[in-house]
Amino acid sequence: MSSAVVPTSAAQGRPFVFEVEEVAELCSQSSQAELFGEGRPPQRVVPVSFPGVFKDSRLAGITPASRLAIRPTPEMVSSGIAEMDAFTGGLPRGCLTEICGSPSSGRTTLLLSALAAATRRGECCAVVDASDTLDPQSVVAAGIELDRLLWVRCGEDSTRKNSTARKTSFSPEKKRFFKSDLHDSEHSLEQLLRATDLLLESGGFGLIALDLGDLPPQTARRIPLTTWFRFRRAVEHTPTVLLAVERQSIAGSCSSLLIKLESQEHGRQQLTNYQSWPSHAQLLTELEITAELVCSRMDRKPAGSAGITFASKTAWAG
Amino acid sequence: MFACIFVPNFPVAAVFRAEPELRARSLAIFEGKPPLEKVFAVNDVAGRVGIVSGMTKAQAELCSELTLRPRSFLQESAAHAALLDCAQSFSPRVESAAADTAILDLAGMESLFGAPPEIAHELFRCAASLGLDVNVAVASNPDAAVLVARGFPGVTVIPSGKEAECLGPLPIKVLFADQPGEQPSDNEKKGKEKKSDQKKEAGRLLETLERWGVRDLRALAALPEVALSERLGQEGLRLQELAQGAASRTLMPVEAPAVFEETIELEFPIVLLEPLAFLLNRLLEQICARLAARALSTQELRLTLELQNLAGVDPQLETFGIPSESDTAHSAIESPTQHFVSGRQAKFCRILRLPLPMLDAKLFLKLLQLDLNAHPPGAPIVKIHLVAEAARPRSAQGGLFLPPSPEPEKLELTLARIAGLVGEARVGSVELLDTHRAEGFRLRRFVPRIVQESHAQKSSEPEKEKSAVAALRMFRSPLRATVILENGELTRVSCTKKKEVQGSVLWKAGPWRSSGDWWEREAWARDEWDIALQNADGVVLYRLVHDLLGGGWFVEGTYD
Repeated sequence: MSSAVVPTSAAQGRPFVFEVEEVAELCSQSSQAELFGEGRPPQRVVPVSFPGVFKDSRLAGITPASRLAIRPTPEMVSSGIAEMDAFTGGLPRGCLTEICGSPSSGRTTLLLSALAAATRRGECCAVVDASDTLDPQSVVAAGIELDRLLWVRCGEDSTRKNSTARKTSFSPEKKRFFKSDLHDSEHSLEQLLRATDLLLESGGFGLIALDLGDLPPQTARRIPLTTWFRFRRAVEHTPTVLLAVERQSIAGSCSSLLIKLESQEHGRQQLTNYQSWPSHAQLLTELEITAELVCSRMDRKPAGSAGITFASKTAWAG
Repeated sequence: MFACIFVPNFPVAAVFRAEPELRARSLAIFEGKPPLEKVFAVNDVAGRVGIVSGMTKAQAELCSELTLRPRSFLQESAAHAALLDCAQSFSPRVESAAADTAILDLAGMESLFGAPPEIAHELFRCAASLGLDVNVAVASNPDAAVLVARGFPGVTVIPSGKEAECLGPLPIKVLFADQPGEQPSDNEKKGKEKKSDQKKEAGRLLETLERWGVRDLRALAALPEVALSERLGQEGLRLQELAQGAASRTLMPVEAPAVFEETIELEFPIVLLEPLAFLLNRLLEQICARLAARALSTQELRLTLELQNLAGVDPQLETFGIPSESDTAHSAIESPTQHFVSGRQAKFCRILRLPLPMLDAKLFLKLLQLDLNAHPPGAPIVKIHLVAEAARPRSAQGGLFLPPSPEPEKLELTLARIAGLVGEARVGSVELLDTHRAEGFRLRRFVPRIVQESHAQKSSEPEKEKSAVAALRMFRSPLRATVILENGELTRVSCTKKKEVQGSVLWKAGPWRSSGDWWEREAWARDEWDIALQNADGVVLYRLVHDLLGGGWFVEGTYD
């Protein structure tokens, strides 16, 4: 039986406070010499709430949440890719899931598959697109039901941009600064965060995806951790899957699931082998993707657990 | 049994309904063409300080505490419509006896609303919720109900058979009460002449009765029938029947038109949107209360703002979108924003279309605010006119096992807010166009389809295995690329705008040629290549496009 002692001051305010007689009884049962040392006067101590310690029958059944053998796990939904579902168990509802990887690593493929699976379940989904990169043809090819997908295109459209440029009369240095990509991406990022806040507040969406995949990493890293905490809190206890697609993990401990995708090394070798073939005799038919579960806060899987490989076919390959 | 709802001092009540804050102040309503305006109606507070109907406006203005308002036929018609809405929310058989009077047939209503006194109190409460202070009377015949409602304040219920007793103390004038005039129109000119004749005749009868010493209805009811007939004819007998509460006639029910409009004319023009929101809130609450009374919702709101004369408009404001008369003729057809210029008054119109019937004044206000923030009227506002198109309220059967979906009201507000953030044309659901042109799509309003139970059951079944489809991420706009060709083969690609898109071509597939719209001005023809570039991130697959008409090379997107 495990037992521990803490000073009285540390236990103040807790419900598990023993009467003086009970404390004395407990202290006499445990080896006092071991606890306080020889020759030292006995001190008043209060044990913490571990099972089996309490004599009080009313508290006997209480177990600290941190010691629960089975913690309530979020409901998992299909990501639309069987291999990925078998590997991660799906995507958790009410949690933030990060999908990170470099370009051509299959991030968008996984995102569209998850959206397709969600719309097939009859859920409404939203994509908040920081760089306005969503391709409607790919959306249709992935099997997404278009009338259940809300697309928020962040960034400034060309007509608005021109009118703004006409109205503002900044110095040439400032104009250069404002025209820079960095400024554009920061503006998009601000729109993305506000739009996401609004969507989360609205509720009722089965999946909300934040597409940060083409934002420069230095811009994406500017999202404060508090924002991610806010998103996590907003989505908690709701049936919404919050998905973030990015180049590098940026949400830190706020994400419940972190999946890292890479294009497979084998694919690169294959491409090199076919280099000698004439271009018109070749066809891009599939991408081979390796997925690695970097972090999962649901079942405490070790970081850097083994990965899986799956292929995504191009729309014309059937 | 019949109930009558009567609005005392109707023109004043119509103004109070539009501007409730005036209730505690002295108010006079004037009409006529300047400079011959005369006071038409006053409230009790104004009457106590000596303001009476018929005074000139200049005389009335001498009273510093008096609030003057021009007579508004639109406000009066809205108040009359509200009165009918109130009556129709209780009974389908409603007669519009006058602008200020509505009569209801209560037959068969007991099982729904209780005994006649309860119905009368409910009518009183319903009218109060619509902004009208009314008298309600219940009697066994419509005319008795009208006389009691005009004679006694508050709620009065006359038991059957006691009409004469209850009507007795009422003054004789109640039989000849003036009815508030309605807005004159060309068709009503003849009717107007007839009415003035009737008024003269009534005045003559009243004078005769007063000369006889008949001061109240009890005295009139006690007159000998034959003698009265000999002296006043059939009209005299009719008046006696009315005074005895014994008149009987058939109710002439009307079907109140489903027109829900409210107007406010402003004393001083409004420049800021914040005070406008207060007034809009009031109008929306009134309209929603009327719709709720008729068990209806709305799917379209039309806001028309009358702007101050264009001569005084700041030139900078004019650029916001008050076009010239010639421009408006074209732009006002399809666009949700419409401008009309009549004489020197401009009208600014916004139409708010909702995907589903809704009835939430706060939501409508927020949507209108967001819309006006995005499209400001551009000049001071002098008049606000709001119309709601009535629609049947939506009915939806919820299910325990249906997937989550956003609430329509919340979703509409969220979409409006996001549209304010990113632009109206940049939020919605995708609709593909029938073309092979790149970017052949458009965004349409996001209206999620209602999931049926059967669909939900079907979707809960295990899905068939489906392989993932490689997606393309578009660069908008496409990146202009520099391509190095060796012996006609692509060897190196680089983009100046995006430094990471550069490197030697590891692998390529193509060209895949497509063209279209050659019969139009915006023809297109292009060769597409799928290429793999080796760069710092590793191997990245891009779609490279050669514009055959323009002659440039572009990186259109990346396979991801």
